[in-house]
Amino acid sequence: MEPHELAIAAKYIGAGLAAIGTGAAGIGVGTLFGQFLNGALRNPSAVEGQFGRLIFGFAVTEALGIFALLIAFLLLFAV
Amino acid sequence: MATEAGPAIDPIHQFALKPVVSILVGGHDVSLTNSGLFMLLAVALTCLLVAIGARGDSGVPGRLQAMAEMAYEFIAGMVRSAAGESGMRFFPLVFAIFFFVLVTNLLGFFPYTFSVTSQIIITAALALMVFLTVIVVGVKEHGLHFFKLFVPAGVPIYILPLVVAIEIISFLSRPVSHSVRLFANMLAGHITLNVFGAFVVMLLGASAAVKALAVLPFVMTIGLEALELLVAFLQAYVFAMLTCMYLNDALHPGH
Repeated sequence: MEPHELAIAAKYIGAGLAAIGTGAAGIGVGTLFGQFLNGALRNPSAVEGQFGRLIFGFAVTEALGIFALLIAFLLLFAV
Repeated sequence: MATEAGPAIDPIHQFALKPVVSILVGGHDVSLTNSGLFMLLAVALTCLLVAIGARGDSGVPGRLQAMAEMAYEFIAGMVRSAAGESGMRFFPLVFAIFFFVLVTNLLGFFPYTFSVTSQIIITAALALMVFLTVIVVGVKEHGLHFFKLFVPAGVPIYILPLVVAIEIISFLSRPVSHSVRLFANMLAGHITLNVFGAFVVMLLGASAAVKALAVLPFVMTIGLEALELLVAFLQAYVFAMLTCMYLNDALHPGH
């Protein structure tokens, strides 16, 4: 293989590897909502007060997945 | 990639800065770019909403007034819950940041518009402004006491140096995570939309048998658009919320 082709192959492999991070963030978001529902079903009266924290946690967790996606996109389109 | 058929996907192109009105001052390019234009538009829209909403000349609040009041209540509730009653003097800052981010996020949804918050320099400037405000207010209000922020109470003396180092690093990395979170969300969202939109175009350009498949990425685009609408609001909320939490550190250091 030519060095040039090798670089392109490495680019796509890297993008694929970076995309694994989005799955990891998916685990995090799933845990977050699962645990929230777990608590919410035990104590439904507390749901209203904790909703903001849930959304905050979701955004912070999801952002990490987005970072991984960003790296994948940068490798695919910007490198 | 000479073997690639059809139109190539170029989702980065939409973030290019283009001068709208070219201005040159002393050899420096100070043109009004599409970024600057949409920032001005966002500020104008927000001012218009608040100006009309706060007019209050009719006894019965209209839609715009109700919207402006809801916006006020929403941000005021957020500031009070995160930074306490003394945080209310930063209400104008948080309100301005929230609406600037929200309106620029939402403006980016319309075709042929420019998404200002997908530029790292804009979000970095906002985050650094918050960061410096926290330091200046914290030092001014509490003097050296502000640096108790880095020394959590009740930590055994032998691991204290390590904890202080970690606290300082986490404090310094705040503007980075604060700005990159918003920037990356908006950038990745717009790239994803563009990629799926390009799939529709590519499939429509293919043979008749494949054309029908274009429905699939089109439906996906609609779904993503809904998700991005949520993200646009959520990221504005998170940005403002984090601003409140950081300001809380300046007002009440030492946890």
